[in-house]
Amino acid sequence: MNVTTRLPHPAIAAARLAGILGVLFLLIPTLIVVPISVGPDKYLHFPPRGFSLEWYGTLIGDPGWMRAALFSLQIAVLVTLLSTALGTAAALALTRGRLHGARALSVAVLAPIVAPNIVVAVAMYLFFSRLGMSGSLVAFVLAHTVLATPYVVITVSAALAAADPDLELAAMSLGASRSRAFVHATLPLILPGVIAGAVFAFVVSFDEAVVSFFLSSVRDKTLPRKIFEELDYDVSPVVAAVSTVLTFLSVGLLGLAAVLRRRAPRAPATKA
Amino acid sequence: MSALAAGDRRRLSGPASLMLVAPFVLVLIAVFCWPILQLLSASLFDPDFTLRHYEQVLTSEFTLGVFLRTFRVSFLVACFALVVGYPVAALMRSLPPMGAAIVGACVLIPLWTSVLVRSFAWTVLLQRNGVVNEALQGLGITSGPLSFLYNEAAVVIAQGHVMLPFMIMPIYQSLRAIPDELPRAALSLGASRTAVFREVIWPLSRPGVVAGFLMVFIVTLGAFVTPALIGGPRSLMLATLISGEITENLNWPLGAALSAVLLVMVMLLIGLFSRFLRFGRVEM
Repeated sequence: MNVTTRLPHPAIAAARLAGILGVLFLLIPTLIVVPISVGPDKYLHFPPRGFSLEWYGTLIGDPGWMRAALFSLQIAVLVTLLSTALGTAAALALTRGRLHGARALSVAVLAPIVAPNIVVAVAMYLFFSRLGMSGSLVAFVLAHTVLATPYVVITVSAALAAADPDLELAAMSLGASRSRAFVHATLPLILPGVIAGAVFAFVVSFDEAVVSFFLSSVRDKTLPRKIFEELDYDVSPVVAAVSTVLTFLSVGLLGLAAVLRRRAPRAPATKA
Repeated sequence: MSALAAGDRRRLSGPASLMLVAPFVLVLIAVFCWPILQLLSASLFDPDFTLRHYEQVLTSEFTLGVFLRTFRVSFLVACFALVVGYPVAALMRSLPPMGAAIVGACVLIPLWTSVLVRSFAWTVLLQRNGVVNEALQGLGITSGPLSFLYNEAAVVIAQGHVMLPFMIMPIYQSLRAIPDELPRAALSLGASRTAVFREVIWPLSRPGVVAGFLMVFIVTLGAFVTPALIGGPRSLMLATLISGEITENLNWPLGAALSAVLLVMVMLLIGLFSRFLRFGRVEM
């Protein structure tokens, strides 16, 4: 691919052009909400004719949007705590433990992200409706925890695979208990991975649209469900403002998670 | 002997492992497995055991039409993502590390953005007074606004955009595994550049292509957000049909039977092609 000629061959030039167009195709629909949200027009317009933060003002002043945002935030924080704890524990057992059928179990814990979202959403809707809990905070937190924990398991398992188990062994041979050895030897090593998993869990919950679409009630709805309703009703620049906030939040947080995962320790070279 | 003992002590004891994994497994059983079993039973008991909802799913021309469209759209989305995504993966492979990282970030940023936001962006781009229409009119290509939204082509493009990173990543990984010497050797032996691509690069990148294609196809079969917002009633897909049966027609048994068929189809496809797929390794 990195070939020796100085001028690119026409075929290579065409392939590169196609690649650059592909990158533009990826980025334009992702980022176009940003300029639209700062345009002054009532109707969505691109390029914007001027600059105004009016729609952000409308957004902050609207109790409906704020209520949905706070509800989503509340859910996401609880989901982050719950799924980080559940996922880290499960990852420890699956990578460092002695379990019968550990392989099958590590496939099974991924089931919630492999099964079609719509099926999971409809099943949970039926389940929580029968319990009279549809629309409740508990229902959202449990549903999102099921969807978010597999990402924590994946991330923390990767961090554990790269951390040297002999360190814990050394700490124990010096008299530390298993749990002390874990907290002082292994946990610091996998902490970036655990934090990355927590960030994933937060974003999965905060952006989750399909289960929320079904579980939301007229009164209690998440931010994605509120966006859904607005889009059905009227496409206003306020939605562009919400979308911009959501985009910066998710990209910022997941970028952070990616950096954290990079900083996780590399697997030890070879073991005797 | 001592190495074995040390190896054993590195692992947690059986009971400890069980205690650590049990909480999530219990949550999974209660809030994932049990609801899905309830859904299956809702499709089979009405109130006595019956297969008539499945009969309706498999014999009604309307639902069969939706199945057919769902397969067609999913296939087209995968083709579209392959055509757009392969050159991006190749571009990434051909650049020095810094450039590859920048293109990689351009692939990840859409992946990290809410699907809902991206579908919204597509309605802005494609609507009657939207960006694409104004650009076409501004360039004098069309004289009046065209209707781009609420049809299959719009779904293919928008869903293709949503799925593109899942195509690019596995292709890039298999392209990266090809050593530079291989195409160089083929060139020095007199192969043309198209022959190098056809005989060397394409066959060696095929595992990534297959993984990406299957991933995009399978996930699109159950896609809800984009078809619901971009597709409209005339290009109904399976997930939007299920949602309509449950939230609008309140026909739980039929919605449940449709869900069961979708779930079984997806599980069969995953089982059939599991050795090509890398669900666990998908980067968010």
